[in-house]
Amino acid sequence: MSEYIHVLIMLVLAAATAGGMLVATSLIGPKKSFIDKMEPFECGESPIVSPKLRFSVKFYLVALFFVIFDIEAVYAYPWAVLFKELGLFGFIEMMIFLTILAIGLIYVWRRGALEWDR
Amino acid sequence: MGSEMASDWIRIIVGLIIVLAFSQLNALFLVWLERKVAGHIQLRYGPMEVGPHGILQTIADGIKLVGKELITPLSADWKLFVIAPVLVFMPVLVAFLVLPFDENLVIRDMNLGVLLIFAFSTLSVLAILAGGWAANNKYALLGAIRSVAQNVAYEIPLLLAVLSVALMTQSLRFSEIVAAQCRVWFIFLQPVAGLIFLICATAETNRAPFDIPEAESELIAGFHTEYSGMRFGLFFLAEYTNMFIVSAVATALFFGGWHGPFGFSFGLPGIVWFLLKVYILLFVIMWVRWTFPRVRFDQLMNFSWKVMLPLSLLNLIVTAAVLKFI
Repeated sequence: MSEYIHVLIMLVLAAATAGGMLVATSLIGPKKSFIDKMEPFECGESPIVSPKLRFSVKFYLVALFFVIFDIEAVYAYPWAVLFKELGLFGFIEMMIFLTILAIGLIYVWRRGALEWDR
Repeated sequence: MGSEMASDWIRIIVGLIIVLAFSQLNALFLVWLERKVAGHIQLRYGPMEVGPHGILQTIADGIKLVGKELITPLSADWKLFVIAPVLVFMPVLVAFLVLPFDENLVIRDMNLGVLLIFAFSTLSVLAILAGGWAANNKYALLGAIRSVAQNVAYEIPLLLAVLSVALMTQSLRFSEIVAAQCRVWFIFLQPVAGLIFLICATAETNRAPFDIPEAESELIAGFHTEYSGMRFGLFFLAEYTNMFIVSAVATALFFGGWHGPFGFSFGLPGIVWFLLKVYILLFVIMWVRWTFPRVRFDQLMNFSWKVMLPLSLLNLIVTAAVLKFI
Protein backbone atom coordinates (compact mmCIF):
# COMPACT_ATOMS: atom_id res chain seq x y z
CA MET A 1 0.00 0.00 0.00
CA SER A 2 2.78 2.41 0.94
CA GLU A 3 4.07 2.08 -2.63
CA TYR A 4 1.00 3.84 -3.91
CA ILE A 5 1.04 6.76 -1.47
CA HIS A 6 3.38 8.43 -3.98
CA VAL A 7 0.72 8.22 -6.63
CA LEU A 8 -1.62 10.04 -4.29
CA ILE A 9 1.00 12.69 -3.52
CA MET A 10 1.65 13.17 -7.21
CA LEU A 11 -2.07 13.55 -7.92
CA VAL A 12 -2.43 16.16 -5.20
CA LEU A 13 0.66 18.00 -6.43
CA ALA A 14 -0.59 17.97 -10.00
CA ALA A 15 -4.04 19.19 -8.95
CA ALA A 16 -2.44 21.95 -6.89
CA THR A 17 -0.27 23.04 -9.84
CA ALA A 18 -3.16 23.07 -12.28
CA GLY A 19 -5.43 24.76 -9.76
CA GLY A 20 -2.74 27.32 -8.98
CA MET A 21 -2.38 28.18 -12.65
CA LEU A 22 -6.14 28.62 -13.00
CA VAL A 23 -6.38 30.78 -9.87
CA ALA A 24 -3.46 32.92 -11.06
CA THR A 25 -4.97 33.45 -14.46
CA SER A 26 -8.40 34.26 -13.03
CA LEU A 27 -6.76 36.89 -10.81
CA ILE A 28 -4.68 38.45 -13.61
CA GLY A 29 -7.03 38.13 -16.56
CA PRO A 30 -9.73 40.59 -17.56
CA LYS A 31 -13.36 39.98 -16.64
CA LYS A 32 -15.67 41.61 -19.12
CA SER A 33 -18.81 39.63 -19.65
CA PHE A 34 -21.75 40.41 -21.89
CA ILE A 35 -24.51 38.13 -23.06
CA ASP A 36 -23.32 37.48 -26.62
CA LYS A 37 -19.88 36.46 -25.44
CA MET A 38 -21.27 33.90 -23.02
CA GLU A 39 -23.22 32.02 -25.68
CA PRO A 40 -21.85 28.73 -27.02
CA PHE A 41 -19.60 29.19 -30.02
CA GLU A 42 -21.39 28.25 -33.22
CA CYS A 43 -19.63 30.16 -35.99
CA GLY A 44 -21.63 33.30 -35.30
CA GLU A 45 -25.09 31.72 -35.41
CA SER A 46 -27.35 31.65 -32.37
CA PRO A 47 -27.79 28.05 -31.22
CA ILE A 48 -31.43 27.03 -31.67
CA VAL A 49 -31.53 23.45 -30.37
CA SER A 50 -29.90 21.83 -27.40
CA PRO A 51 -26.49 20.38 -28.26
CA LYS A 52 -27.26 17.28 -26.20
CA LEU A 53 -28.64 15.60 -29.28
CA ARG A 54 -28.92 11.89 -29.90
CA PHE A 55 -25.86 10.34 -31.47
CA SER A 56 -25.27 7.15 -33.41
CA VAL A 57 -25.86 3.84 -31.65
CA LYS A 58 -22.47 2.73 -33.04
CA PHE A 59 -20.78 4.59 -30.22
CA TYR A 60 -22.59 2.43 -27.65
CA LEU A 61 -21.53 -0.68 -29.55
CA VAL A 62 -17.90 0.43 -29.47
CA ALA A 63 -18.18 0.95 -25.72
CA LEU A 64 -19.55 -2.59 -25.34
CA PHE A 65 -16.75 -4.13 -27.43
CA PHE A 66 -14.27 -2.16 -25.41
CA VAL A 67 -15.53 -3.58 -22.13
CA ILE A 68 -15.31 -7.14 -23.46
CA PHE A 69 -11.86 -6.88 -25.02
CA ASP A 70 -10.38 -4.70 -22.31
CA ILE A 71 -11.35 -7.16 -19.61
CA GLU A 72 -9.80 -9.87 -21.74
CA ALA A 73 -6.54 -7.90 -21.92
CA VAL A 74 -6.56 -7.25 -18.17
CA TYR A 75 -7.24 -10.94 -17.59
CA ALA A 76 -4.24 -11.85 -19.75
CA TYR A 77 -1.76 -9.64 -17.87
CA PRO A 78 -1.37 -11.90 -14.79
CA TRP A 79 -1.11 -14.84 -17.17
CA ALA A 80 1.74 -13.14 -19.05
CA VAL A 81 3.64 -12.44 -15.85
CA LEU A 82 3.24 -16.05 -14.64
CA PHE A 83 3.75 -17.60 -18.09
CA LYS A 84 6.67 -19.88 -17.08
CA GLU A 85 5.11 -21.01 -13.78
CA LEU A 86 1.79 -21.95 -15.34
CA GLY A 87 3.46 -24.24 -17.85
CA LEU A 88 1.71 -26.07 -20.65
CA PHE A 89 -1.62 -26.08 -18.81
CA GLY A 90 -1.70 -22.31 -18.59
CA PHE A 91 -0.70 -21.98 -22.23
CA ILE A 92 -3.48 -24.26 -23.50
CA GLU A 93 -6.00 -22.65 -21.18
CA MET A 94 -5.18 -19.19 -22.50
CA MET A 95 -5.25 -20.37 -26.11
CA ILE A 96 -8.79 -21.73 -25.56
CA PHE A 97 -9.78 -18.39 -24.02
CA LEU A 98 -8.29 -16.41 -26.91
CA THR A 99 -9.96 -18.73 -29.44
CA ILE A 100 -13.38 -18.13 -27.87
CA LEU A 101 -12.67 -14.42 -27.99
CA ALA A 102 -11.57 -14.59 -31.62
CA ILE A 103 -14.79 -16.44 -32.48
CA GLY A 104 -16.70 -13.63 -30.78
CA LEU A 105 -14.82 -11.08 -32.86
CA ILE A 106 -15.53 -13.00 -36.07
CA TYR A 107 -19.23 -13.21 -35.13
CA VAL A 108 -19.46 -9.48 -34.47
CA TRP A 109 -17.62 -8.83 -37.72
CA ARG A 110 -19.91 -11.10 -39.78
CA ARG A 111 -23.01 -9.52 -38.24
CA GLY A 112 -21.77 -6.21 -39.57
CA ALA A 113 -21.43 -4.48 -36.21
CA LEU A 114 -18.01 -3.18 -37.24
CA GLU A 115 -19.30 -1.46 -40.39
CA TRP A 116 -19.40 2.26 -39.68
CA ASP A 117 -20.90 3.38 -42.95
CA ARG A 118 -24.13 1.38 -42.80
CA MET B 1 14.96 2.31 9.40
CA GLY B 2 14.18 5.90 10.36
CA SER B 3 16.97 7.56 8.38
CA GLU B 4 16.35 5.23 5.46
CA MET B 5 12.71 6.26 5.37
CA ALA B 6 13.65 9.93 5.65
CA SER B 7 16.11 9.71 2.75
CA ASP B 8 13.49 7.84 0.78
CA TRP B 9 10.99 10.64 1.36
CA ILE B 10 13.52 13.31 0.42
CA ARG B 11 14.22 11.38 -2.79
CA ILE B 12 10.51 11.24 -3.58
CA ILE B 13 9.89 14.93 -2.90
CA VAL B 14 12.92 16.05 -4.93
CA GLY B 15 11.88 13.69 -7.70
CA LEU B 16 8.34 15.03 -7.79
CA ILE B 17 9.52 18.63 -7.99
CA ILE B 18 12.00 17.79 -10.77
CA VAL B 19 9.24 15.95 -12.64
CA LEU B 20 6.88 18.89 -12.31
CA ALA B 21 9.49 21.34 -13.63
CA PHE B 22 10.64 18.97 -16.35
CA SER B 23 7.14 18.24 -17.63
CA GLN B 24 6.37 21.95 -17.99
CA LEU B 25 9.64 22.82 -19.71
CA ASN B 26 9.34 19.75 -21.92
CA ALA B 27 5.85 20.75 -23.03
CA LEU B 28 7.03 24.28 -23.85
CA PHE B 29 9.98 22.88 -25.79
CA LEU B 30 7.78 20.40 -27.67
CA VAL B 31 5.32 23.09 -28.75
CA TRP B 32 8.24 25.08 -30.12
CA LEU B 33 9.71 21.99 -31.79
CA GLU B 34 6.36 21.12 -33.35
CA ARG B 35 6.06 24.57 -34.88
CA LYS B 36 9.64 24.43 -36.11
CA VAL B 37 9.20 20.95 -37.62
CA ALA B 38 5.91 22.00 -39.22
CA GLY B 39 7.54 25.12 -40.60
CA HIS B 40 10.51 23.37 -42.11
CA ILE B 41 8.37 20.57 -43.58
CA GLN B 42 6.28 23.24 -45.30
CA LEU B 43 9.41 25.14 -46.44
CA ARG B 44 8.87 27.92 -43.91
CA TYR B 45 11.05 28.92 -40.96
CA GLY B 46 8.43 28.67 -38.21
CA PRO B 47 8.81 31.03 -35.22
CA MET B 48 11.92 33.19 -35.63
CA GLU B 49 11.32 36.47 -33.78
CA VAL B 50 11.34 35.77 -30.03
CA GLY B 51 14.82 34.61 -29.02
CA PRO B 52 17.26 32.76 -31.28
CA HIS B 53 15.21 30.74 -33.77
CA GLY B 54 12.09 31.58 -31.78
CA ILE B 55 13.05 29.37 -28.83
CA LEU B 56 11.32 31.73 -26.38
CA GLN B 57 8.14 31.95 -28.44
CA THR B 58 6.19 29.40 -26.40
CA ILE B 59 7.18 31.07 -23.13
CA ALA B 60 5.76 34.31 -24.50
CA ASP B 61 2.64 32.42 -25.58
CA GLY B 62 2.33 30.88 -22.13
CA ILE B 63 2.54 34.27 -20.44
CA LYS B 64 -0.08 35.56 -22.87
CA LEU B 65 -2.38 32.63 -22.03
CA VAL B 66 -2.11 33.32 -18.30
CA GLY B 67 -3.20 36.89 -18.93
CA LYS B 68 -6.34 35.89 -20.85
CA GLU B 69 -9.90 35.83 -19.57
CA LEU B 70 -11.41 32.51 -18.52
CA ILE B 71 -14.76 32.36 -20.29
CA THR B 72 -17.45 30.03 -18.99
CA PRO B 73 -20.45 29.88 -21.33
CA LEU B 74 -23.76 30.59 -19.56
CA SER B 75 -25.33 27.31 -20.66
CA ALA B 76 -22.31 25.25 -19.59
CA ASP B 77 -22.32 22.86 -16.64
CA TRP B 78 -19.78 25.06 -14.88
CA LYS B 79 -18.67 22.59 -12.18
CA LEU B 80 -17.58 19.95 -14.69
CA PHE B 81 -16.37 22.67 -17.05
CA VAL B 82 -13.98 24.08 -14.46
CA ILE B 83 -12.74 20.74 -13.18
CA ALA B 84 -12.06 19.06 -16.54
CA PRO B 85 -8.76 20.87 -17.31
CA VAL B 86 -7.46 19.94 -13.85
CA LEU B 87 -8.61 16.35 -14.36
CA VAL B 88 -6.83 16.04 -17.68
CA PHE B 89 -3.63 17.37 -16.17
CA MET B 90 -3.50 15.10 -13.10
CA PRO B 91 -2.96 11.62 -14.61
CA VAL B 92 -0.22 12.68 -17.01
CA LEU B 93 2.10 13.58 -14.16
CA VAL B 94 1.54 10.27 -12.38
CA ALA B 95 3.09 8.43 -15.33
CA PHE B 96 6.43 10.12 -14.59
CA LEU B 97 6.59 8.22 -11.29
CA VAL B 98 7.55 4.97 -12.99
CA LEU B 99 9.36 6.10 -16.16
CA PRO B 100 12.88 4.65 -16.09
CA PHE B 101 15.18 7.48 -17.17
CA ASP B 102 18.28 5.54 -16.20
CA GLU B 103 19.23 2.38 -14.35
CA ASN B 104 18.86 4.06 -10.97
CA LEU B 105 17.05 7.20 -12.05
CA VAL B 106 13.40 6.37 -11.45
CA ILE B 107 11.24 7.85 -8.73
CA ARG B 108 9.44 4.64 -7.88
CA ASP B 109 10.21 1.34 -9.59
CA MET B 110 6.85 -0.36 -9.01
CA ASN B 111 6.24 -3.98 -9.92
CA LEU B 112 3.07 -2.89 -11.72
CA GLY B 113 4.67 0.09 -13.42
CA VAL B 114 3.45 -0.69 -16.92
CA LEU B 115 -0.12 -1.24 -15.77
CA LEU B 116 -0.03 1.94 -13.70
CA ILE B 117 0.87 4.06 -16.71
CA PHE B 118 -1.88 2.62 -18.88
CA ALA B 119 -4.45 2.81 -16.09
CA PHE B 120 -3.77 6.49 -15.55
CA SER B 121 -3.36 7.49 -19.18
CA THR B 122 -6.86 6.10 -19.82
CA LEU B 123 -8.26 8.49 -17.21
CA SER B 124 -7.57 11.51 -19.39
CA VAL B 125 -10.34 10.27 -21.72
CA LEU B 126 -12.81 10.84 -18.90
CA ALA B 127 -11.57 14.39 -18.51
CA ILE B 128 -11.97 15.01 -22.24
CA LEU B 129 -15.52 13.63 -22.13
CA ALA B 130 -16.34 15.74 -19.08
CA GLY B 131 -14.96 18.88 -20.72
CA GLY B 132 -16.71 18.30 -24.03
CA TRP B 133 -20.03 17.43 -22.38
CA ALA B 134 -19.97 20.29 -19.90
CA ALA B 135 -19.30 22.92 -22.56
CA ASN B 136 -22.83 22.42 -23.93
CA ASN B 137 -21.64 23.03 -27.45
CA LYS B 138 -22.36 20.76 -30.42
CA TYR B 139 -18.82 20.73 -31.71
CA ALA B 140 -17.36 20.10 -28.28
CA LEU B 141 -19.75 17.22 -27.64
CA LEU B 142 -19.09 15.64 -31.03
CA GLY B 143 -15.35 15.96 -30.48
CA ALA B 144 -15.61 14.41 -27.04
CA ILE B 145 -17.69 11.46 -28.25
CA ARG B 146 -15.33 10.82 -31.12
CA SER B 147 -12.37 11.08 -28.80
CA VAL B 148 -13.79 8.48 -26.41
CA ALA B 149 -14.69 6.07 -29.22
CA GLN B 150 -11.24 6.42 -30.75
CA ASN B 151 -9.39 6.11 -27.46
CA VAL B 152 -11.21 2.98 -26.33
CA ALA B 153 -10.82 1.40 -29.77
CA TYR B 154 -7.07 1.91 -29.85
CA GLU B 155 -6.60 1.04 -26.20
CA ILE B 156 -7.09 -2.68 -26.85
CA PRO B 157 -4.42 -3.30 -29.54
CA LEU B 158 -2.11 -1.13 -27.43
CA LEU B 159 -2.64 -3.29 -24.35
CA LEU B 160 -2.23 -6.49 -26.38
CA ALA B 161 1.00 -5.22 -27.94
CA VAL B 162 2.39 -4.45 -24.50
CA LEU B 163 1.19 -7.85 -23.35
CA SER B 164 3.53 -9.61 -25.78
CA VAL B 165 6.45 -7.68 -24.28
CA ALA B 166 5.28 -8.62 -20.79
CA LEU B 167 5.18 -12.24 -21.96
CA MET B 168 8.82 -12.09 -23.05
CA THR B 169 10.11 -10.59 -19.81
CA GLN B 170 7.39 -11.98 -17.53
CA SER B 171 7.44 -8.74 -15.64
CA LEU B 172 5.55 -5.47 -15.55
CA ARG B 173 8.43 -3.68 -13.85
CA PHE B 174 10.08 -1.17 -16.16
CA SER B 175 13.58 -1.80 -14.83
CA GLU B 176 13.34 -5.53 -15.59
CA ILE B 177 11.87 -4.96 -19.03
CA VAL B 178 14.64 -2.53 -19.95
CA ALA B 179 17.33 -4.75 -18.42
CA ALA B 180 16.17 -7.61 -20.64
CA GLN B 181 17.03 -5.47 -23.68
CA CYS B 182 20.71 -4.88 -22.88
CA ARG B 183 21.79 -6.73 -26.07
CA VAL B 184 18.84 -6.76 -28.45
CA TRP B 185 16.03 -4.23 -28.36
CA PHE B 186 12.53 -5.65 -28.39
CA ILE B 187 11.69 -3.78 -31.59
CA PHE B 188 13.80 -6.40 -33.39
CA LEU B 189 12.16 -9.33 -31.58
CA GLN B 190 8.64 -7.85 -31.61
CA PRO B 191 8.48 -5.66 -34.74
CA VAL B 192 4.72 -6.14 -35.14
CA ALA B 193 3.98 -5.26 -31.53
CA GLY B 194 6.29 -2.26 -31.76
CA LEU B 195 4.54 -0.97 -34.86
CA ILE B 196 1.10 -1.54 -33.33
CA PHE B 197 2.21 0.28 -30.20
CA LEU B 198 3.47 3.31 -32.14
CA ILE B 199 0.32 3.58 -34.26
CA CYS B 200 -1.99 3.16 -31.27
CA ALA B 201 0.03 5.60 -29.21
CA THR B 202 -0.38 8.19 -31.95
CA ALA B 203 -4.13 7.56 -31.90
CA GLU B 204 -4.30 7.60 -28.09
CA THR B 205 -2.71 11.03 -27.94
CA ASN B 206 -5.18 12.30 -30.57
CA ARG B 207 -2.41 13.17 -32.97
CA ALA B 208 -2.69 13.42 -36.74
CA PRO B 209 -3.42 11.38 -38.82
CA PHE B 210 -5.78 10.32 -36.03
CA ASP B 211 -6.74 13.80 -34.80
CA ILE B 212 -10.43 13.27 -35.54
CA PRO B 213 -11.53 14.58 -32.09
CA GLU B 214 -10.21 18.03 -32.87
CA ALA B 215 -10.41 18.04 -36.66
CA GLU B 216 -10.20 21.81 -37.16
CA SER B 217 -11.88 21.86 -40.53
CA GLU B 218 -15.09 20.23 -39.28
CA LEU B 219 -15.21 20.58 -35.50
CA ILE B 220 -13.52 23.98 -34.88
CA ALA B 221 -11.34 22.68 -32.01
CA GLY B 222 -13.20 19.57 -30.89
CA PHE B 223 -13.71 19.07 -27.19
CA HIS B 224 -11.90 22.28 -26.15
CA THR B 225 -13.84 24.60 -28.43
CA GLU B 226 -15.26 26.58 -25.50
CA TYR B 227 -12.08 26.67 -23.43
CA SER B 228 -10.06 29.84 -23.27
CA GLY B 229 -6.98 31.09 -21.50
CA MET B 230 -5.13 28.80 -19.17
CA ARG B 231 -7.90 26.18 -19.18
CA PHE B 232 -7.12 25.65 -22.84
CA GLY B 233 -3.44 25.85 -21.90
CA LEU B 234 -3.84 22.93 -19.49
CA PHE B 235 -5.36 20.76 -22.22
CA PHE B 236 -2.47 21.74 -24.44
CA LEU B 237 0.15 21.01 -21.77
CA ALA B 238 -1.45 17.64 -21.06
CA GLU B 239 -1.46 16.72 -24.75
CA TYR B 240 2.22 17.45 -25.20
CA THR B 241 3.18 15.79 -21.92
CA ASN B 242 1.16 12.76 -23.04
CA MET B 243 3.20 12.69 -26.24
CA PHE B 244 6.38 12.60 -24.18
CA ILE B 245 4.99 9.80 -22.02
CA VAL B 246 3.98 7.52 -24.88
CA SER B 247 7.36 8.07 -26.51
CA ALA B 248 9.12 7.30 -23.24
CA VAL B 249 7.05 4.15 -22.74
CA ALA B 250 7.78 3.08 -26.32
CA THR B 251 11.48 3.70 -25.67
CA ALA B 252 11.42 1.63 -22.50
CA LEU B 253 9.38 -1.22 -23.95
CA PHE B 254 10.73 -1.49 -27.49
CA PHE B 255 13.81 0.68 -28.00
CA GLY B 256 16.02 -0.49 -25.15
CA GLY B 257 15.41 2.30 -22.62
CA TRP B 258 18.71 3.53 -21.26
CA HIS B 259 20.81 1.02 -23.30
CA GLY B 260 22.76 2.03 -26.36
CA PRO B 261 22.27 0.04 -29.57
CA PHE B 262 23.35 -3.63 -29.25
CA GLY B 263 24.99 -3.11 -25.89
CA PHE B 264 27.38 -0.37 -27.04
CA SER B 265 26.93 2.73 -24.94
CA PHE B 266 29.77 4.74 -26.62
CA GLY B 267 30.57 6.15 -23.20
CA LEU B 268 27.32 8.08 -22.96
CA PRO B 269 25.30 7.84 -19.73
CA GLY B 270 21.97 6.03 -19.83
CA ILE B 271 19.79 9.09 -19.45
CA VAL B 272 21.32 10.64 -22.57
CA TRP B 273 20.45 7.54 -24.57
CA PHE B 274 16.96 7.48 -23.10
CA LEU B 275 16.17 11.12 -23.82
CA LEU B 276 17.81 10.91 -27.25
CA LYS B 277 15.54 8.05 -28.25
CA VAL B 278 12.47 9.72 -26.74
CA TYR B 279 13.04 12.92 -28.69
CA ILE B 280 13.77 11.03 -31.91
CA LEU B 281 10.42 9.26 -31.47
CA LEU B 282 8.72 12.59 -30.75
CA PHE B 283 10.24 14.00 -33.91
CA VAL B 284 8.88 11.02 -35.85
CA ILE B 285 5.40 11.60 -34.40
CA MET B 286 5.55 15.24 -35.52
CA TRP B 287 6.92 14.24 -38.89
CA VAL B 288 3.95 11.87 -39.34
CA ARG B 289 1.51 14.61 -38.35
CA TRP B 290 2.75 17.04 -40.95
CA THR B 291 3.11 14.43 -43.69
CA PHE B 292 -0.09 12.38 -43.68
CA PRO B 293 -3.63 13.63 -44.25
CA ARG B 294 -6.28 13.04 -41.61
CA VAL B 295 -8.16 9.74 -41.92
CA ARG B 296 -11.95 9.61 -41.99
CA PHE B 297 -13.77 8.49 -38.85
CA ASP B 298 -15.14 5.23 -40.28
CA GLN B 299 -11.70 4.39 -41.69
CA LEU B 300 -10.23 5.10 -38.29
CA MET B 301 -12.59 2.76 -36.44
CA ASN B 302 -12.40 0.05 -39.09
CA PHE B 303 -8.63 0.16 -39.00
CA SER B 304 -8.62 -0.41 -35.26
CA TRP B 305 -11.20 -3.21 -35.09
CA LYS B 306 -10.46 -4.99 -38.36
CA VAL B 307 -6.69 -4.66 -38.69
CA MET B 308 -5.04 -3.75 -35.41
CA LEU B 309 -7.08 -5.97 -33.10
CA PRO B 310 -6.76 -9.25 -35.09
CA LEU B 311 -3.10 -8.49 -35.77
CA SER B 312 -2.29 -7.88 -32.13
CA LEU B 313 -4.22 -11.00 -31.05
CA LEU B 314 -2.30 -13.06 -33.61
CA ASN B 315 0.97 -11.52 -32.50
CA LEU B 316 0.19 -12.44 -28.91
CA ILE B 317 -0.65 -16.04 -29.80
CA VAL B 318 2.49 -16.44 -31.94
CA THR B 319 4.65 -14.93 -29.19
CA ALA B 320 3.21 -17.30 -26.60
CA ALA B 321 3.65 -20.32 -28.89
CA VAL B 322 7.23 -19.42 -29.77
CA LEU B 323 8.12 -18.86 -26.13
CA LYS B 324 6.52 -22.14 -25.16
CA PHE B 325 7.91 -24.47 -27.81
CA ILE B 326 11.24 -22.98 -28.89
